[in-house]
Amino acid sequence: MLLVPCPHCGPRNAADLRYLGETTVRPDPSSADPDAWRSYLYLRDNPAGWLTETWYCRSGCRRYFTLERHTVTNEFRQSPLPFAKGERS
Amino acid sequence: MTTMRMLTTGIRRRSAVSGSARYSAAGLIKRGITGESWPRAWRDHELKSSYDVVIIGAGVHGLAAAYYLAANHGITNVAVLDKGYVGGGGSGRNTAIVRSNYLTPEGVAFYDRSLTLYNTMAGDLNINVMFSERGHLTLAHTDSALRTMRWRAEVNKLQGIDSNVIGPDEIKALTPSLDTSANTRYPILGALYHPPGGTIRHDAVNWGYARAANALGVQIHQNTEVTDIVVVGGERESGRGGGGRVTGVRTTRGDIATPIVLNATAGWASLIAAMAGVRLPITTHPLQAAVTEPVKVFLPTVVVSGSLHVYVSQTDRGELVFGASVDPFATYDMRGSLDFTEELAGHVLELMPGISKMRLLRQWAGLCDMTPDYSPVMGFTPVEGFLSDVGWGTYGFKAGPVSGEQMAECIATGRTPKLIAPFALERFTAGQLVGEKGAAAVGH
Repeated sequence: MLLVPCPHCGPRNAADLRYLGETTVRPDPSSADPDAWRSYLYLRDNPAGWLTETWYCRSGCRRYFTLERHTVTNEFRQSPLPFAKGERS
Repeated sequence: MTTMRMLTTGIRRRSAVSGSARYSAAGLIKRGITGESWPRAWRDHELKSSYDVVIIGAGVHGLAAAYYLAANHGITNVAVLDKGYVGGGGSGRNTAIVRSNYLTPEGVAFYDRSLTLYNTMAGDLNINVMFSERGHLTLAHTDSALRTMRWRAEVNKLQGIDSNVIGPDEIKALTPSLDTSANTRYPILGALYHPPGGTIRHDAVNWGYARAANALGVQIHQNTEVTDIVVVGGERESGRGGGGRVTGVRTTRGDIATPIVLNATAGWASLIAAMAGVRLPITTHPLQAAVTEPVKVFLPTVVVSGSLHVYVSQTDRGELVFGASVDPFATYDMRGSLDFTEELAGHVLELMPGISKMRLLRQWAGLCDMTPDYSPVMGFTPVEGFLSDVGWGTYGFKAGPVSGEQMAECIATGRTPKLIAPFALERFTAGQLVGEKGAAAVGH
């Protein structure tokens, strides 16, 4: 079991959340070429180490947030941007 | 017919393992009487400073590629490197199920070739791989699942694969321990029945390829971790990435010069590719499996349920082997979880209430490199001399022989064989994904 520290609800079982994977930067739609779009859609760093990732607290506060997790030890640490872009007040 | 095929393949392959090292009934009797031990299946070698081809990963894919390079193309100056031991990754952690009833024509053609190679493997490699062609049932619990089964059956039949949809009565007749009544939470409405599917002993497959490849001159280096791939002339500042060319690898046992590196790893594919400056469309998830205590044989087929996220088969020793879908988040951690055990037990008992008193013996996990379309990434990459045979998700073992054969052809001829062309890395930039989620994943 993985305990995910939700910034609102505190530690919760990963099964209560939805995992959205590696946090990626969306290219600018007005200037991105198909290559950049598809890299954004599909290519991932998939590191064995610290990874910035997005979770959705589906059975709690229902907010998206960003955390850093070590993919070998599964430790969490706070990301500088705890909530997804555009949602932070 | 079978004897003829054994004879001809025996002649074709007789150079692979010969003399007293050959496994045979006569040898078994002789050694039983004299107490003489068998020779080592493969030898250890000193690491040379250069090879024609370096293959990273001594699992079924890497070893099969090495074997077919030597057997089909005469390229024997080959090293297979592994940071652990032969078959210690996904090749020894899977649930040993083989089948070819996929959804896309590309997938069906590919996996069917693999089944053909598995069929003649015992003769080709001179090792008992214990292939049990026991039939494979994919259960449907919903109308939409049944529709997918019919779709798959028609795609399969069109390509000459033995595959058809059967109803609950026929399922009950084939596998009486399944609860086919309408009174369950997820009633069994039908199943896709695939008689050529079955199980095979995965360790014997790994050892067979290692032994046969080594007999042909391929060197297998265990406990040899690749720490870097040397690329020159790439478009990035580091000299890696597109446009570059591989000149060698660095390992924990010394540097090796080589023009060709094949990435045949699972779990660490992204990390190896990153050494050459190649980004892959892969995230790594663990998949857990479990095995029960042994009981008398009662389960004659392989049973899979996509809706219940479980697949079950019984080994020759009588243990039930269970597998599930991948864990829902990416990690390189292979610890088991209680969530998995609870969910598994609940779902298996939904299918077979009669086994509620059985105890689990152990559980384990293996790493799966998941791609967005549930198809692998095979062939050339933007870096010259760096090839990949990765992204095998949860279905890599059953594709081992054909992947090895096709990758060997790819390396030897410098061209992408037709069978693996749909699985090239470029499909992601070209937008030509090969969607196999409906037939490759258990959790769909």
